[in-house]
Order: sequence, then structure tokens, then C-alpha cells
Amino acid sequence: MIHMLDYHLNRNSYGRMVLTIASNPTEKEVVPVRAFPISNPLQAIALVDMQGYELAWIDSLAKLPQDFRELIEDELASREFIPEIKRIVKLSSFITPVTWFVETDRGNTDFVLKGEEDIRRLSTSSLMIADQYGVCFLIKNRAMLDHHSRKLLDHFL
Amino acid sequence: MNYLPTYWNDELSSQLACGEIVLVSVRIELNTQLQFVEGIVAVTSQRLMAKMHGDEAWQNWHFHDDLRLVQRDHAGIGFLELLDAHKRIAYWRYRFGGDAIKELIECFAQQRKLHAPNDSNSFLHSVTQDQIPNKNSVQELSGFLADSESIEKATSTWNLLRLWRFAKPYKGRLLIGFLLTLCSTAATLVPPYLTMPLMDNVLIPYQNGEPINTELATFYLSGLLAAAVIAWILGWTRTYMLARVSERIGADLRTTTYEHLLGLSHDYFGGKRTGDLMARIGTETDRINLFLSLHLLDFATDVIMIVMTAIILFSINPWLALVTLAPLPIIAWLIHLVRDRLRIGFEKVDRIWAEVNNVLADTIPGIRVVKAFAQEKRESERFRAANLRNLQINDRVNKIWSLFTPTVTLLTEIGLLVVWVFGIWQISHDEITVGVLTAFLAYIGRFYLRLDSMSRIVSITQKAAAGTKRIFDILDHQSSIPESKNPISFKTTQGRIELQNVSFRHGTRSITDNVSLTIESGEMVGLVGHSGSGKSTLVNLICRFHDVTEGAILIDGYDLRSLSIADYRRHIGLVLQEPFLFYGTIADNIAYGKPTATWSEIVEAARAAHAHEFILRLPHGYDSIVGERGQTLSGGERQRISIARALLINPRILILDEATSSVDTATEKEIQKALENLVQGRTTIAIAHRLSTLRKANRLVVLDCGKIVEIGSHTELMAREGFYYRLYQAQARNIDTEDTTTTNSSTEHSSSGEYK
Repeated sequence: MIHMLDYHLNRNSYGRMVLTIASNPTEKEVVPVRAFPISNPLQAIALVDMQGYELAWIDSLAKLPQDFRELIEDELASREFIPEIKRIVKLSSFITPVTWFVETDRGNTDFVLKGEEDIRRLSTSSLMIADQYGVCFLIKNRAMLDHHSRKLLDHFL
Repeated sequence: MNYLPTYWNDELSSQLACGEIVLVSVRIELNTQLQFVEGIVAVTSQRLMAKMHGDEAWQNWHFHDDLRLVQRDHAGIGFLELLDAHKRIAYWRYRFGGDAIKELIECFAQQRKLHAPNDSNSFLHSVTQDQIPNKNSVQELSGFLADSESIEKATSTWNLLRLWRFAKPYKGRLLIGFLLTLCSTAATLVPPYLTMPLMDNVLIPYQNGEPINTELATFYLSGLLAAAVIAWILGWTRTYMLARVSERIGADLRTTTYEHLLGLSHDYFGGKRTGDLMARIGTETDRINLFLSLHLLDFATDVIMIVMTAIILFSINPWLALVTLAPLPIIAWLIHLVRDRLRIGFEKVDRIWAEVNNVLADTIPGIRVVKAFAQEKRESERFRAANLRNLQINDRVNKIWSLFTPTVTLLTEIGLLVVWVFGIWQISHDEITVGVLTAFLAYIGRFYLRLDSMSRIVSITQKAAAGTKRIFDILDHQSSIPESKNPISFKTTQGRIELQNVSFRHGTRSITDNVSLTIESGEMVGLVGHSGSGKSTLVNLICRFHDVTEGAILIDGYDLRSLSIADYRRHIGLVLQEPFLFYGTIADNIAYGKPTATWSEIVEAARAAHAHEFILRLPHGYDSIVGERGQTLSGGERQRISIARALLINPRILILDEATSSVDTATEKEIQKALENLVQGRTTIAIAHRLSTLRKANRLVVLDCGKIVEIGSHTELMAREGFYYRLYQAQARNIDTEDTTTTNSSTEHSSSGEYK
């Protein structure tokens, strides 16, 4: 296992993130993976190669040099897609499968919820809703939604 | 030791020679033809004596070298045999129970060795020292007695009184609730009373030509309104208050039952079906809850109302009151009549309902087996059959039940009629006024209406009582592995395990027999043997999922039974053949034994268990949901999570129960690597079917039929060419063929190991 900074990170000409170890000049394509994407997104990040083997481990992003950190954050941002639901406009019915029409921080959309079990409570106030394809929608704080949205959401809790 | 009733004692002592004393005497209940006849076998300081009831004389055998007394048992019936060098001299049969026979045999053997009858005193001393009271057998015996008692005591409504234990914390609120009930009921009785003067002082005079007294009418009518409003407010508060209390009682009941259930030993769960237990804690507590919050409250109100009404009616006119109340005893009698039949019926309904649940609880977790054997039809037949029986029994109950309510209604109508007839007769004789009759009719209108609903309480009470009994069945069950009275707290351990003459029997079946073994701190011991040779039992005993029947298990020199169970188990890491993952995230599952673990500890444990990389491949990493309805993991992956779970608590004692046998060889290598990390510096007991996985073990213990047959390292045992050698040879042949097949079918293997 390679720990802090005996490696180098940069983007290759294909736009992929590559990792070079000091002892070995070959570049290896890597992707950053958050170990705890929900409970602890800013710490515990692994750099794994295309075969899924872990090449480097980052305890905390804050401890990395500026350029590495930006590179990783950039890469993570391009891979992660968790729209945050700001408002629930309407529901097609109250019995699953049900189509949700929502306003998110990434624009308005609709998705299909297969069953109540796809709504996952992250904490008492926050929820994560997975649609039929596994795309996750986040509700950061239930209490911050408007009255109408809360009433609709309540049918599924 | 004496197990005899006095008449046998007298007879026995009359046989004794001068200076001879009885050391152990045992009453047996069967003769050699296995019929129930009393008899006695005794060891005295000089001889073995026996007599069956009905025998003329005592049989005697004086001690000598050749004589041996042995026992064996099968299915709860024992054989006690007296042998000499050539033949069987005599034998007895007995019902299994307690250790009396064992003591008899031990005593006999010691006496024979002593051979000199004079020395009996010193021997007696040693016998009494040996009498370590066996907690377990006493426990079992008392448990048995309690059981048979509860069978005799049929479901009685008195069971409901046992709920008081749960109601006690709320007695203040219950009292207020009761007072509110009293007041609100009284308030509802005011309006009919006011109809009397309203009729007599306002309406009748008007009919007789006088103008309506507006003032008086307003007074009475506002009285009516006020009473109604007060009754409404009081009724609302008391219902709300008592419903709250009963909801809390129900919640307490549920939690207490569940907590108690979790405290019960392994055995209990083995003997019960999941569906039944779930129904008890879920449905039954809910039913009791509903009963307390709704039906009991209504019933109490009704009773208060009837009593109050009766008092009012009698104070107005005793004769009319008597006639009005006459149907009451008839209805009470009717209720009593139906009560018994309904009770039996409802108990049956409950049992059937549990059976329907059981079918579901059996089938749904085993759905793969059902589908693989294409037995959907049979399972649905089974369900249909259970449901049909449910229907039939309900039909039968409903037959009685449906007759009940209309009959009460009919009696109500007849009662009203009687009051009309008697009232008109009394008015014609100027004994009462029209107002009085109106008031009476208004009262009994409500009164009989309540009787109708009261009749419903019978069945509901019975159901609740049956539910209560089923709940208390759980609560009354004592764990067969009791926590010691003064448990020794056990914070650190060396992990030295010592088994001293350990025997264990399950019911009447002897599983482990006189096993002695010392496992040094940090040593890895492999348990080897055919399935059914008692390997898992030994592990269960060491984990204290069961208590030993005889002998003792010492941890660092302390008897296992004297240690605090929770403290002790905290030092044990258990990896099972079928790893169980709870519904929750992977991180939660790894941290199950230590919920306070930090994320870095979790990652560290997962790394050591070779689980880290596959976890990273999951969409949410360590935050992925697994378990029922969760992420699909293969058998090997789940196994590695369970290894990480064991690693995280950093146990001194590690138990691997067939940890690698459910996965293919490639995954096994992966798990084996993980286990090597785990085993470091810990006392390890490993059970493995594949002997090759135990190569790292310091010693191998070979078990057969609950006994240790060989101990030694792999090389030693191979050199000995004994039991282990044959086992190994047999397996080596299989593995040769297996290896070629597994490499081909390893993909198939891992998919079959998948969870869903």
C-alpha cells in the first residue's frame, strides 16, 4: 500500500487521472473512490486502478497538497451525481411505483421510485432516494422543504 | 444420597446388617419389560441391593473384583447392567432424569475398589464432597415442573391480572383516568333524569291546559345541554389519557418481552419457530394493547353506568326498577354459557393463525430451496390447508358468536316491552307519573344498548387473556444458562481454556462425553471429526450458548459459569459458516461488536480481512446497504465482512466454525489469507471440514461420537496412522477429484454462494 506522497498525480493527455510511483515510472490510470460517500465524504478516499486494486489511500483531503486535492475533487465531481431535491412538485400516485416530479439543484426532473425501501434515512432529517436505475437523489433537510413537499414526502415515510 | 420415599427407606433399612449403611439408593420406575413398576437399586457399604415392587425377596451382590456396573441409554430410557467377567448377572431399566444412576455407578465402582467394608465412613465423606450441585439439571427439572403446571392451568381470565406488573408504573394516571370515567359516566346519566321533571312539570301541565312554564323549561333544557357538554369534555380527556397509558403499557410489554427473549439461551430458539415468536411479540401485544385502551375502558364505563343507573332507578321507583333489571341475570347467565365455548374456539384460532405465519416464515427465507425443487405448488397447498383450517375454526366460532348478539338484542326488546307493560299498569294505578316512565325508558334504552356492547367484551377478554398467556409463556421461561449470582467481571483475559471432564447431553441424547482438553493462551487448535462428532457442540459450550451437563470449563482458571456472560463473550470473536449480515451499511455490520469504532478502525479491519477492495467497488463503498433487501454480496464477500467484524473487536479467543466451507477454493484462499491475519496471537479454535485448512494449527483434536480420540500435530497424527490418518486419506482422494471440478466450475460456485 502506498501512503502519503510517494506518488505523483496528474492528468494525462486523454483527460484521465494518472498516478506515478516514485520507484516506478509507468503511469497508471486511477479513479478516486470515496470509502464513506455518505457518512464521511471528505475523508477516507482510495485511488484505485481500472482493475479495482487500491493503489493509494488518502486519509483526509485537507492534508493533500493543493494541486492534488483540486485534481481529485475535480475528478470526484465529474463522477458523482447526487442531485439534491429542493421541492417536490407532484407525485403520480401514492402507491409505488410512483413518478416524482421534483425541482433539484441541478434542474427540474422526474424519476420513478420503485418501492418505499429505496428511500433511505441517512439521519433523522436527511434522506436519500434511489430511483429505478440506482441514481440517488438527496434531501438534505426534510424540515427545510416547503409545506407542500413535506406533505407529499410524508406519504412514503 | 437418598432419592427414596419413606416406605422404601423403611424396607431398605430393615434389610441392613449391623454396621452397614446405605450410600446411594435410587428408585427406578420401570421393570425389565418396560412396564411402570417401582423398584429400588441401592449401594450400601457392603453390597449392591435391588428389589422391584412385588418381588418376594431382595437381590444381593457383595462386592468383588469382577463385578462391574454400567449404564447406557437410548431415547430417554436407560439400561443399568451388572456384569461380571463372563456374563450379565442382572439388569434394570429406568427413566432418564437427574444424575442418580451415575452416582450409583460411581459409588459402586469406588466401593468395589475399597473392597473393605469397614472403611465406609471415609468414603462417605468423599462422596458428599463430590456432590457438586448441578445447577443445570435442577434448572431443567424445575422448568419441567413449571411447564406441566401451566398446561394444567388453562387459559384463565386471571392471566390478565398479571399485566398489573406493567400497569403499576402508571397507577397514578390510571386512578385519575378511573375518576374521570366515573364523572363522565355520571354526567351522561343526568339528561334522562331531567326528562322526568320536564315531562311532569312542563309537558303534562301544558296538556292539561296550563301554559308552558318557559322559565322552568329553559332551566331544564340548559341543564341537559350543560350535562352533555360536560360529559363530552370528560369523556374526551379520560379516553385520551387512558389510551396514552395503555399504549405505554403495551410498548413496555413488547420491549420487555423482546429483551427477555434475547436473554434466553440458544436452546429456546432452536425449539421455537420464528413465525410464532414474531406473532407473539407483534400481534399479541397489539391485541392486549387494544383491549386495554378500548375494550376494557368501555367495559368499565358500562359497569359503572349499570351500577349508577340501577341506583337511580331504585331511588325513583323500586318496583319498576326490579322489573327493568330482571333480564340482567339472564343475560349474565347467557354470557357465561357462551364464554367457555368461545374461549376454546379463540385459542384454536390463535394457534392456527400462528401456523399460517409459520408457513410464511418457513417458506420466504427458504424460497430458493422451494423454487429449486419446484415445490411452489406444494407450499401454496400447505398455505391453503392452513388457511382452510383457519376458516373452518373461525366458522365454528362464528356460529356460536353470531347467535350471541341477536339474542341479547331480542332480550333487550322483550325487556323494554315488559317495562312498558308494567309501567302502564302502574300509571293506571297512579303509582307513578308519566315522567317517571319516560325517564325509565330513556335510561334502559341506553342501558340495554350498553349490555349489547358489553356482551362483546366476553370474546375480547378471552382473546386478550389468551394473548397474555402466550406473552407470559415467554416471560416465565427462564434462561437455561443463568447469569451467576455474583458474576466475576472479566475485563481482560489470557485466553487459556481448560475443559475438565466436560459432558453435555441434549434432552436425553448424549452429545459430548467426558472431554478434557487444555488450550493454551495463543494456541491454535483445530477440531476435526465427522459431522455429528460434537465439534460444534464443544464450541457452543465454550461460547456458553449451552451449559455443560457435567464437568466444567475454566477460562484463565475461572469457571465459565461464574463469569458475567456479556463480559466473557466480549472476548470472543466468532466466524460462522453462514455469515449473518444485518440490514444496514457495511460499516455498521463490521462495527457490530463495537459500535463506537472510528472509520479508520473499520477500514483497517476490512483491509486485514481482505474485504477493503471489494467494498470500494460497491456503489456506496462502506455506506452500501447490505442484509435483507440490501446489496447483493457473494458468500465469500459476506464471509470476509464477518471476519472483519470479528477482527474489529480484537478478541482474545477466536472461534472459526467452518468459516471457509461454504465457498469455492479460490475464495477460500482469499479468506484463508484474511484468517491468517486474524489468528495472530489469539487463542483460536477452528472447525474445518477441509483438513487442508487446518495446517496452521498447533494441535489437532480428533473427535468421534463426542469423545476425543486423538490429539497431536498434523505430522504426528499422520505418523500414528490412526483415525486422523484415515480421515485425511479419505479426503485427499476426494479433493483430487474435487479440485479438477472446482477449477472448472468456480464461477458457478460463486454465483450459487450469492445471497439472493
